[in-house]
Amino acid sequence: MKNNMKKIIEKFKVVHQFLSHKSPYLFVSPYVLLFITFIVIPVLAAIYLSFTYFNTVKSPDFIGLLNYIQLITNDQEFMQHVLPNTIKYALIVGPGGYMLGFFLAWSLSQIPHRLRTILALVIYSPSMTAGIAMAVIWRIIFSGDHTGYLNAFLLNLNIIEQPIQWLQSPDHLMNIMIVVSLWGSMGVGFLAMLAGILNIDQELYEAAYIDGMKNRWQEVFYITIPSMKPQMLFGAVMAIVNTFNIGGIGVALSGANPTPQYSGQLIVNHIEDYGFIRFEMGYAAAVSVVLLLIVYYFSKVSWRLFGEKG
Amino acid sequence: MGAYHGNRINPKKFHKSQIKFLMYLLPLSIFMALPLIFIVFHAFKPLDELFAFPPRFFVKNPTLINFKNLFSNTSTTGIPMSRYLFNSIFVTALVMIFSIIISSMAGFALSKMKFKFKALIFEINTIALMFVGIAVGVPRFLVIKEIGLIDNFFVHVLPLLTIPVGLFLIKQFIDQIPNSLIEAAKIDGASDFSIYWRIILPLIKPALATVAILSFQSVWNNIETSSLFINMDSKRTLAFYMQTLVTLNNNNTVAGQGMAAASSLIMFVPNLIIFIIMQRKVMDTMAHSGIK
Repeated sequence: MKNNMKKIIEKFKVVHQFLSHKSPYLFVSPYVLLFITFIVIPVLAAIYLSFTYFNTVKSPDFIGLLNYIQLITNDQEFMQHVLPNTIKYALIVGPGGYMLGFFLAWSLSQIPHRLRTILALVIYSPSMTAGIAMAVIWRIIFSGDHTGYLNAFLLNLNIIEQPIQWLQSPDHLMNIMIVVSLWGSMGVGFLAMLAGILNIDQELYEAAYIDGMKNRWQEVFYITIPSMKPQMLFGAVMAIVNTFNIGGIGVALSGANPTPQYSGQLIVNHIEDYGFIRFEMGYAAAVSVVLLLIVYYFSKVSWRLFGEKG
Repeated sequence: MGAYHGNRINPKKFHKSQIKFLMYLLPLSIFMALPLIFIVFHAFKPLDELFAFPPRFFVKNPTLINFKNLFSNTSTTGIPMSRYLFNSIFVTALVMIFSIIISSMAGFALSKMKFKFKALIFEINTIALMFVGIAVGVPRFLVIKEIGLIDNFFVHVLPLLTIPVGLFLIKQFIDQIPNSLIEAAKIDGASDFSIYWRIILPLIKPALATVAILSFQSVWNNIETSSLFINMDSKRTLAFYMQTLVTLNNNNTVAGQGMAAASSLIMFVPNLIIFIIMQRKVMDTMAHSGIK
């Protein structure tokens, strides 16, 4: 009885709080509503659909774990090409781009303000081009006949004898994707790390040198990085997300999904291939869930490295 | 060595010890800028230079012919390029304005107000920083179909209004505003709305500028909306049109390549201008960007 009363009073309190202080809810509700509609529900729907067979014509049939089993045991393209490609691409563009971003930000912090601003702008600007929209530049540069810029350049130097079909060649497509992605990966995370380095208290360095710090290596590892952990974490999360978000670039460059002999096929393209070309939405959803789990796992790892609370 | 040399981070003026950094920063910056400079030259090349052999990096006789072709070109369904440009500008303006309003309102509540679910909302938003949009393309498509937004103009706007990074940055920025300021206004009888409008908004302009840039980039360069959620050509945007130019012509037709270069220049320049105008404010915001 007493417990019930307590519960009723609790509930009443919530309602009362809501009515007398409704403005916080008014302030957050537009964001929250859109957030739920376009982010939360799609993620939940992906999880649900991944357990079904769904071809958009008939309503989804529940088939349990079959999609996942199919993915692991029976999808040759996924196991032989898509997964190894994605791992290779993600490891180079993710951590590689991140370390490059930190290194560039740190170098920029060592030069005077005006020059730094100009160079930072130059380094940041490729990321504004958002990979896919600018694939046109790369298609002209890597054009496959002898009028292609790279081909002409290499022919001219006698490095190659025949023009190379860069974007259609399974040997080169992946490397070109990596170069193009790294080129465009100095984005928000890079700016955050630059701002973080510039905001470190000068006296920390001074004190450390008095305490016997000897060189720049020690400076970076004992002062710079520990003093800007929050920005390092932000940069890491941005690097991971960016890596997977621009993963569609192989299709944009080669102009075909699947890419030539699956050489540039990444998980994101695999999802589109099944979802929007073959209309096997349930299977595509299962691949989506796997991708979200991979992203989540990598973010957790960076949380471990730089987060202040685990 | 061993002694502190003073002012190595953020130096006030040039010193010869900085030369070693410039030795790799300058070549690298030039290398990174090359493709962008290339597209500028390419857009102004006349036909004979576009396909000259050997190809030239620089333009000899600059011309506006590619832009003229582009503007007088119509898509296969007869929609003029200017229509796509108008759609893009209109949609971009809507997304920028409303995403600033929505995320600053939410950021204010999450930072300075007390209510249930506050911690939960922020926590979920922080997890959503890792959200990879294209991963859930399929269910997103289904949700949009269920709501009946297919071929509706607002499908360009609504899904792009929530930018988890944007809300995150704004909330961190508002955290820096002292609570005493808000309490003083409350004692003077200010309503929550007038606190938001008169105190918070003017103080967080740098964060707003950053969100404006983020949302600009997400909508101006967006191709997915036009290709997945829109079937009527007249409601599609410039980014999409550009994409079709590139894939249709496949680098083969001479005029097509010039137009593709001209249109990528038109796509890129607004990005650059907006960032140059706002770069100082962006750096101010980024200083508070850390995840704690």
